[in-house]
Amino acid sequence: MNHQATASNGQFRAADPVKFRSRPWAATLILVGGLIALAFGVAVSVSFGAADIKLSVVWTAVFHFNPDLTDHQIIRELRLPRVLGAVMVGASFAVAGAIMQGMTRNPLADSGLMGINSGAGFALAVCFAFFPHLSFMYLILYSFIGAGMGAGIVYGIGSLSTGGLTPARLVLAGAAFSALLSALSEGVALYFNIGQDLAFWYAGGVAGTKWFQLQIMFPWFAGALICAFILSRSITMLSLGEDIAKGLGQRTGLVKLAGALIVLILAGSSVSVVGAVGFIGLIIPHLTRYLVGVDYKWIIPCSAVLGSLLAVSADLTARMIVPGQETPFGAIIALIGVPFFLYLARKERREL
Amino acid sequence: MSRTTVQSYESARRRRGMTLLAVIAVLIITAFIISMNTGYILLTPQELLNTMLGKGTAKQELILFDFRLPRIVISLLIGAALAVSGAVMQSVFRNDLADPGILGINAGAGLMVMLMVSFYPSTSAAPVFLLPVVAFAGAGFTAAMIYLLSYKRHEGIPPIRLLLTGVAVAAGISAAMIVLTLRLDPEKYQFVATWLAGSIWGTSWKFVLSLLPWIIVLLPYVIYKARVMNVLSLGGQTATGLGAAVNKEQFRLLAAAVGLAAASVAVSGGIGFVGLVGPHLARRLVGPKHQLMLPASALLGALLVITADTIGRWILQPSEIPTGIVVAVIGAPYFLYLLARTKS
Repeated sequence: MNHQATASNGQFRAADPVKFRSRPWAATLILVGGLIALAFGVAVSVSFGAADIKLSVVWTAVFHFNPDLTDHQIIRELRLPRVLGAVMVGASFAVAGAIMQGMTRNPLADSGLMGINSGAGFALAVCFAFFPHLSFMYLILYSFIGAGMGAGIVYGIGSLSTGGLTPARLVLAGAAFSALLSALSEGVALYFNIGQDLAFWYAGGVAGTKWFQLQIMFPWFAGALICAFILSRSITMLSLGEDIAKGLGQRTGLVKLAGALIVLILAGSSVSVVGAVGFIGLIIPHLTRYLVGVDYKWIIPCSAVLGSLLAVSADLTARMIVPGQETPFGAIIALIGVPFFLYLARKERREL
Repeated sequence: MSRTTVQSYESARRRRGMTLLAVIAVLIITAFIISMNTGYILLTPQELLNTMLGKGTAKQELILFDFRLPRIVISLLIGAALAVSGAVMQSVFRNDLADPGILGINAGAGLMVMLMVSFYPSTSAAPVFLLPVVAFAGAGFTAAMIYLLSYKRHEGIPPIRLLLTGVAVAAGISAAMIVLTLRLDPEKYQFVATWLAGSIWGTSWKFVLSLLPWIIVLLPYVIYKARVMNVLSLGGQTATGLGAAVNKEQFRLLAAAVGLAAASVAVSGGIGFVGLVGPHLARRLVGPKHQLMLPASALLGALLVITADTIGRWILQPSEIPTGIVVAVIGAPYFLYLLARTKS
């Protein structure tokens, strides 16, 4: 029965033009509705916590800040940065995933599965060990370099293999390489006694987000996101296949390079703030593509909004499961992401 | 004429294999002696010998008999068990990259161990002999889940999908473990953290005793089944044609493999890659026949874990690196190398 289902699914995909249509109305709806939901989620998330704060207080704390009130201080110093951090990180991972999936036509592409996140994490571990007083500005740069190296090595190993580069092979190479890097990072952490500093990125969490981190991350985030919008047309063409894109007169090498840089910046800066959180970049682009169709002009902004929404709600859930205690945010995302990954790996008809 | 040639070739191969087994055994003994010497407190070979003969000081006896020896014995046992478990999985699934760690079976066992430990006031109060049983339940459940998720009718289990499912299930179980541990107190959180890193945590004789029966029963059973595995590794249809009860044998062998992995996980942490590296090296050294390949995997696995454990204790004195980290640093590049070599 399963077999039949997949076979007919495959035919459906090939025959039905609906799959290849873009749906601007749905996309507009998602953008508007998503932003409203996001604003609501942010407000709830800010008001929820160990000290229960009313929504009206949240409003006054943001727009008429009074430093003498404890509640206002909590909101300003603790809750707002973490929620805004979740918004930025969710959008970054989701857009990075969307670009990777579009450029490589690999349905399992995700910065967590490809060794990008663990590469950035390892670079951070090395920085903490050897340059403990490095400012966040430089940390973020080293994180980019680590992300690039991780991606390069996983891609390199994947393409060296005799059967060529397949999505599944990339995932496996990414998993093994991540195991290696996290083993090395743990070794570094033990040797230099920096386990405490590193604990945050093992589990992945937005709890410790500070304003200055957001300030440094924001220009990168905004720049990369704008570039992603500009590039979206070319990514749509690439997603049709490299030959078609070339035939349409695109300089595919240049587009791929730009796309890779955007992915590295988005994923690298996010890892330096919240740690190696996977699966956002896998789930959200698929969901978005299902909702808005195949045009990356719409997929990229909608992914950003939905990614933020997922991150904010995962953070809220993480705080609600055990009140007063923080469940790592990365673990919640993984619990949602794993069944989704299994579903995708099963649905894929060929060698997956 | 040709018959005698084949026979002499076979016997030459067997002789060569036996020599290799002897060489590995000598290496293990060497590693054993070095490992007894390794640690924060240095025992000279002279002192070691005296202590072994019962003439050491009370302190030396304590160090050797109560701390180092049980740990060394455990590392040998789990190395052998994990490697044989991996060898069985590779033959049964006909998948070169199968390994109880990569397939998430170790993680399933670990989750159950953690749940059980969390019912007791401290990690040492948990009944040690029940641990492998509980771990077996978890590992068996995980194995069944992975099997069902990657099985498709008319296609069987393609190697890559089995691995993908395993990797994903392992990630999910680790995440569940992290979420669950937060309900525990810090001591147990520490336990889970070291478990995830793959540290040999059960280091007293009672853990050896709880592990030993599983290995004494399952290891000979698997080696006894070597001929069946030779046939099975030819593929389901050929094996059926040769008269093997394929499904039944596969199930039994997998159950044995899961049992071996679970028993080792119950006393050590999530040590991956042993089940991958051991059998591959063994196959390369003594050939694909399971009669020789299985013992060779067991010995190579034991050698790998005891070496990794010794390195982990020695390299960062006085602190220790969990054995699993050292094994991963050796094993992960090997996995990548194999991945690059296999055809899709």
